[in-house]
Amino acid sequence: MAAMIIETENNKWEVICGLEIHCQIISESKMYSGASTEFGAEPNTHVSFVDAAMPGMLPVLNEQCVRQAVKTGLGLNAKINKYSEFSRKNYFYADLPQGYQITQFQHPIVGEGYVDITLEDGTARRIGIERLHIEQDAGKSIHDIDPCMSFIDLNRSGVGLMEIVTKPDFRSPEEAGEFLKKLRSIVRYLGTCDGNMDEGSMRCDVNVSVRKIGEGGYRTRTEMKNVNSMRFVMQAIENEAKRHVEVYETGGEIEQETRQFDPSTGKSKVMRKKEFAHDYRYFPEPDLLPLMLSDEYIDGIKKDMVELPDAKRERFVRDLGITEYDARILCENREVADFFETAAKGRDAKKVANWMMGDFFAMLNKNALRISESPISPENLGMLVDLIAKEVISGKIAKDVFEIMSETGEAPDKIVEEKGLKQVTDTGAIEAIVDEVIASSPENVASYKAGKANLLGWFVGQVIKKSQGKANPAIVNKLLSEKLAK
Amino acid sequence: MAKLTDLTIAQSLDGLKKKEFSATELNTAYIEAMENGRSYNAYVMETPEKALEQAKVSDERYQNGTARALEGIPLGIKDLFCTKGIRTTACSHILDGFVPPYESTVTSNLLNAGASFLGKLNMDEFAMGGSNETSYYGPAVNPWKAKNDDRPLVAGGSSGGSAAAVAANLCAGALGTDTGGSIRQPSAYCGVAGIKPTYGRCSRYGIIAFASSLDQAGPVAKDVRDCALLLKTMSGHDAKDATSADIAVPDFEAFLGQDIKGLKVGIPREYKVDGMNPEVVKYWEKGTEMLKARGAEIVDISLPHTKYALAVYYIIAPAEASSNLARYDGVRYGLRVDGEHLDEMYVNTRTEGFGKEVKRRIMIGTYVLSAGYYDAYYLKAQKVRRLIRDDFHRAFEKCDIILTPTTPTPAFPIGDKSMQENPLTMWLNDVFTVSVNLAGLPAMSLPVGLSESGLPLGLQLIGKAFDEGTIFKTASALEEDAAFKGAK
Amino acid sequence: MTISAEDVKKVAFLSRLKIEEDKVAATEEEFNKILNWIDELNEVDTNGVEPLASVNENFIALRRDEVTDGNIQEEILQNAPLKEYGYFAVPKVVE
Repeated sequence: MAAMIIETENNKWEVICGLEIHCQIISESKMYSGASTEFGAEPNTHVSFVDAAMPGMLPVLNEQCVRQAVKTGLGLNAKINKYSEFSRKNYFYADLPQGYQITQFQHPIVGEGYVDITLEDGTARRIGIERLHIEQDAGKSIHDIDPCMSFIDLNRSGVGLMEIVTKPDFRSPEEAGEFLKKLRSIVRYLGTCDGNMDEGSMRCDVNVSVRKIGEGGYRTRTEMKNVNSMRFVMQAIENEAKRHVEVYETGGEIEQETRQFDPSTGKSKVMRKKEFAHDYRYFPEPDLLPLMLSDEYIDGIKKDMVELPDAKRERFVRDLGITEYDARILCENREVADFFETAAKGRDAKKVANWMMGDFFAMLNKNALRISESPISPENLGMLVDLIAKEVISGKIAKDVFEIMSETGEAPDKIVEEKGLKQVTDTGAIEAIVDEVIASSPENVASYKAGKANLLGWFVGQVIKKSQGKANPAIVNKLLSEKLAK
Repeated sequence: MAKLTDLTIAQSLDGLKKKEFSATELNTAYIEAMENGRSYNAYVMETPEKALEQAKVSDERYQNGTARALEGIPLGIKDLFCTKGIRTTACSHILDGFVPPYESTVTSNLLNAGASFLGKLNMDEFAMGGSNETSYYGPAVNPWKAKNDDRPLVAGGSSGGSAAAVAANLCAGALGTDTGGSIRQPSAYCGVAGIKPTYGRCSRYGIIAFASSLDQAGPVAKDVRDCALLLKTMSGHDAKDATSADIAVPDFEAFLGQDIKGLKVGIPREYKVDGMNPEVVKYWEKGTEMLKARGAEIVDISLPHTKYALAVYYIIAPAEASSNLARYDGVRYGLRVDGEHLDEMYVNTRTEGFGKEVKRRIMIGTYVLSAGYYDAYYLKAQKVRRLIRDDFHRAFEKCDIILTPTTPTPAFPIGDKSMQENPLTMWLNDVFTVSVNLAGLPAMSLPVGLSESGLPLGLQLIGKAFDEGTIFKTASALEEDAAFKGAK
Repeated sequence: MTISAEDVKKVAFLSRLKIEEDKVAATEEEFNKILNWIDELNEVDTNGVEPLASVNENFIALRRDEVTDGNIQEEILQNAPLKEYGYFAVPKVVE
């Protein structure tokens, strides 16, 4: 499904959406001060005089925040602007001690770029990136401790953020969802942001408008602030687009406004109208000089770049021969991809991929484990695949071995050895069981001989069962066919 | 022997080294002078115990031979500098009771050089004003009085307390800050020397911000040598201020008394404004003659955009101030006037906490930055600012230093009607000083003589960026020739 | 350009300053006087002139990413007019 079309009696409407994503930069210290960025400390402990906007305090820019922004820019296939400037965005807010936010306005550190996404049905879409700029986070106010007072904690004040602005390229909630998944995967690969929307380290503002199919230009858009999960983003787009259409269809007009998304209802309500509240009065931050990046600096970061999901996926398909679909799933997360690569090294990668996509992910899911917590090491998973390939165990036994591995973390060869699960390929031993089975079921032998050929499967099952799964199915098949034909 | 408080810093250091008197004696003498001089309203906070405590350390250091550059010298500090453990208010009601838990870099440099602090000096609220009359604590009073006129005169502004305290010998030297003339203009009014160094020479860390792209700290002192001594210690790169310059600080004192033969002194024709006070013109010409007599070459120069400097200044400074002063909201420090909800508290606090001039500038600054006006005012001002700076660059291709008057008139009476009624009249006092801040250049004011009415007049020397040395060289020559006698 | 009474109110609102209704007209007049004077800048031809934000023509120096500050809750809060449980306490925030 590419575009979302809202059909009414007389019209077909398409959805236009753009996203602004705030990603918390991974760094030790804050963007403009030496206070820690660590989460969950006592209130107002990770705060310096700069973060508390004490009189006479000045910001000093953290190199790591710059580096992370450049890295992310490169990950978004974007133009890195060697020259960038800082600006003040002025507004009064409880969480904003300076009364302004230091951000980038006219000259952001990263310019245009793009991200390629693939939808469920395989459709590829390219989403344009307008810009990425760096700015500081605000503090937090807490309203539920006291009925008449609000409390302010500045621990987050001054933590570095990257704001990524997309072009209005989304035509459906699904596209936005896929994009966010992809973006999260990119920043996690790069180690520039941990990408956790539920913890607020990735936050999303959603801009929505609609237009009739074939109509040029854009209609008025509304903005929904801080929508904090992928599901909510998709829901917000869908419901807001429907609201727009309903307003237009009943002769109304959409006003440019900021709305608040309510996760409990999936709907949004007006927060403030644009013309009233804010006039941000941006101007160049006089406390910070412009930033100039050298070619060497940018090249140094380029050299250190990790392989990103797209490149990895292509390589997996090309060099390891796994399917496009499997590659996409396996590359979404860098640890998963690394696990897979280690497990697949020197053996049939397709088989390893099958195991991972099937039993392995199911096991992680069932036990709510992250890949880093997997009891099965990639080496052991690879060895399991080898044991099957070398016909040491059958595929069926392998499932049992996998089960034991996931409980004990032991190596599969050790499990096979200790539990005596080695496949029986000795024809004599198997023959004895075959004879026994044939002898004990004269009716079925008669039926088979009378033409019920599909009973062969039943005989095979009986033999395997009697061998406790260890008999090599191919040999069983061969012997049974021969003996029953006599 | 003359009174200890009559001595310059250089003379005091000499006496201390020779053990003619102790740092405790010197500090005690100034503390007494400070207490006896309260009618000048120069100090808004006295810290005699701190000074004496520091003096004791200084005396030990003189004893054991570890005296530092300014060991035992009692200074007054403009209330714009955050001083650890000492109330700092920028002379604003909104910072009532604020005690910084940190020390500004400049004051910290001075403490590390052995100086002691007598207290915090009066100033215009948030350094916005030219007469010290916008101070929440009332105006500082100029130690000078006009002949046959008993009306108290303004000490100038914004560093009025600094200039008055130095002129009345209530401290050995003082710290000021200069955003549009705030060191030089009061220095001229009070007959003392003061220098605003190049933008970036002194760290702004811990100085309460007025207009960040213009603010600079500088000394106000009894003579040119003392300015050199103080500035040397105050200056230097500071990693805590991204705009501070990573440029070596020369020994400014070494420039004093150097030959100025062949020095090219520029006289900007645009500073000869119509209807200028003839006495000011007279001293400007006199100063020019003195330099010429020493072999300097006088060069006619042009700074064509001079007349626009005030308008540019009164866009840029309020714009930056409107943003810098947003942090005074009653939440984290200073005054709080409660309200039903947070936003109301903001409004109540700021409305009561800021004085009239500060509010005026916040609103002008907000207006020139607001949507629809930014290009016409702020952006335009920034462009003209470049033209003003370029004027100086071009002029300095033809000369080494520029000589102008510091102010168009001598000090005026406190409460002067025309100044009170129209803010523009007051703002016009900055006409000769603001361009220097817009261009980020160093400039010094030094007293050269008295008007007919017996009030001091100052001349301004403007140097190239980071060439305070030439200013000191030229100023020491002018000072010697003018032989100006202080107020007390 | 001239400033209107509406502008004065807007500017006061953005600045979080209260202007009594009977002072609006006087403020408007005063601001217009100042703005008229500032308007002389229009005489200057600034075509092709780059705005100058800072006289310091260097570029910003960067700080190393190290934790060198913080854990000074007491100093951060010591000047607060009202504090509770380690927080700055303020009248209820209403959106």
